[in-house]
Amino acid sequence: MSNIGSYEERVKNFNWKISEDELSYNAGDVINIGWYCSDRICQMGKADKLAMIWEGLGGKEKKYTFDDVRIKSNVIAQFLRDLGIKNEDRVCLFMDKIPELYFGCLGILKIGAIAQPLFSAFGDESLHVRLENAETNTIITQKKHVSKVRKILEKMPYLKHIVVVDDDGRKPLRERELAFNMDEAEDVNQFEIFPTKAESPSILHYTSGTTGQPKGVKHVHYSLISQYLTTKWVLDLQENDIYWCTADPGWVTGTSYGIIGPWSLGITQCVLDTGFGADSWYRFIEKNKISMWYSAPTAIRSLMKAGDEVVEKYDLSSLRHLASVGEPLNAEAVIWSEKVFGLPFYDTYWQTETGSMMICNFPGMKVKPGSMGKTVPGVTGGIVDPETFEEITEPNKGGLIAFRPGWPAMMRSYWNNEETYQSKFKNGWYIPGDKSTIDGDGYFWFMGRDDDIINTGGHLVSPFEVESALLEHESIAESAVVAKPDMVNMEVVKAFVTLNAGFKPTEELELEIMNFIRKRLSPLAMPQEIEYLEKLPKTRSGKIMRRLLRAQEWGEEIGDTSTLEDD
Amino acid sequence: MEEMKDVILEYVTNEYLEEDDDEISYDTPLISGGIVDSFSMASLKRFLEVKYKISIPDDKATPEAFDSVDKIVELVKEYVS
Repeated sequence: MSNIGSYEERVKNFNWKISEDELSYNAGDVINIGWYCSDRICQMGKADKLAMIWEGLGGKEKKYTFDDVRIKSNVIAQFLRDLGIKNEDRVCLFMDKIPELYFGCLGILKIGAIAQPLFSAFGDESLHVRLENAETNTIITQKKHVSKVRKILEKMPYLKHIVVVDDDGRKPLRERELAFNMDEAEDVNQFEIFPTKAESPSILHYTSGTTGQPKGVKHVHYSLISQYLTTKWVLDLQENDIYWCTADPGWVTGTSYGIIGPWSLGITQCVLDTGFGADSWYRFIEKNKISMWYSAPTAIRSLMKAGDEVVEKYDLSSLRHLASVGEPLNAEAVIWSEKVFGLPFYDTYWQTETGSMMICNFPGMKVKPGSMGKTVPGVTGGIVDPETFEEITEPNKGGLIAFRPGWPAMMRSYWNNEETYQSKFKNGWYIPGDKSTIDGDGYFWFMGRDDDIINTGGHLVSPFEVESALLEHESIAESAVVAKPDMVNMEVVKAFVTLNAGFKPTEELELEIMNFIRKRLSPLAMPQEIEYLEKLPKTRSGKIMRRLLRAQEWGEEIGDTSTLEDD
Repeated sequence: MEEMKDVILEYVTNEYLEEDDDEISYDTPLISGGIVDSFSMASLKRFLEVKYKISIPDDKATPEAFDSVDKIVELVKEYVS
């Protein structure tokens, strides 16, 4: 029996109080995610239950109980408090998927500070813009990533501490750097947790926008209410499940459903801190007897590409429920997973700003391969006209996805960017920026983005950010960046550039530019292809017409070109 | 072919390893080991194509085929005339 039971009944009788009651929360109470994910679980008698099975490079394994999670997060919290970090200070987590990242997140929340997780593959420029916007007080990182912080240190007077969790003393630490070893630190059994309330800020995730710099999406501790319930009802996590969320906590899935959801339910989860490999992933599932697996379409398509014969080498019979997030899950992937695992992947739709799942395929509900599913109980969603923002009720007619604000995990603002935050609300709806249809049965069907943002492997990349970074390369005069279709990642970054005098359009230069962006921004933002042009298509007013270049890549009609400048 | 092995090993070391990463060898897992991510594979593929004047079809540029210097050498040898 699934946790949700009848979807229709849940929708009919829904109230967020269901979640509040299960978490013993009453309006006005203290609510601290760090406490809910560790201390409370211990108080419920699960102190000795495994909370995390972690595996790193070379098969190195570590296991932690919920009592370990409680103590380790206390240790980090105490360390940060002793450094003088106060509630609402921003503390960045810039690490691979090591245990310190997970316990560090809870430790930060326990002192009432704001956790700012950033993807460890970010280059120095991507790191800088995000730390600068948040005026981050402290960054917790590994020695392998410290060099990126050092490169930008002079530009960040607000950054007071650089905490290195794996310093081995072989190289001297520099200005503002200090070593902290979680495993060698003395246990902190009792810790006075900061009394955060529902609207106290918790996590700051950065997401890309079409124009301007990345936006800091501010979440609050009350987000727990919807993260807890959706984990229970959509991911269907049950007491004896072994759960694996493949997402990195540098992205919202990795915190909402890679830390908060499972641990607030007291569920054992696995973390694999290595790269992708079909064999290594299947072996990890087999070895740990994973029963619930939450992954992404890019990974699923990569597994499809690796072939069915790889699947057959492993005993994956422990799997009982699969779900996916990040980009639309194509029907072929759903059908393939039913064939090889005997289970479909259930697609879930949400985004950094929504903080928790919004449109999903629920256990027990008929899955229509290729569909996003139906709205989560408690969420009012629909399709609206892109001009008037009036709801479209006619089935199968395309429009913008829209949600009525009010679910607990909804972002509370963009950091230092209230104007952009307000622009996301139209006619009483929150507009996430995606297009869809709804069929006669109430299922949503994804159509695409309503802007130029590139969704590559489930991660959003801003064309503006890549274009700006490209212009910093000495050879490039002008740049335009668009999405290019890709079988595995759905979309990848493609750049069109014109060169400054004295530079030749060679393959060597293309490689140099690719690596330049990879290191400056991130591997995700690196153009997978660069096309040299004599000139970029522009309007008569000089604006680059990205849509023409995009249409060319997607084989679409180029549409109205009346504003295109003359040759 | 020893030279090709060393050229590729040096390139991967210089381009993809962080300052404090451990040294890698010819059989170190690159993709499954998290040293080169799947997005960065495109730049490694382009390096091989430029360096050895070959074209590697996209369907051959898989995480498995790029998972170590040894495996990459095997792949490149297929296309070097």
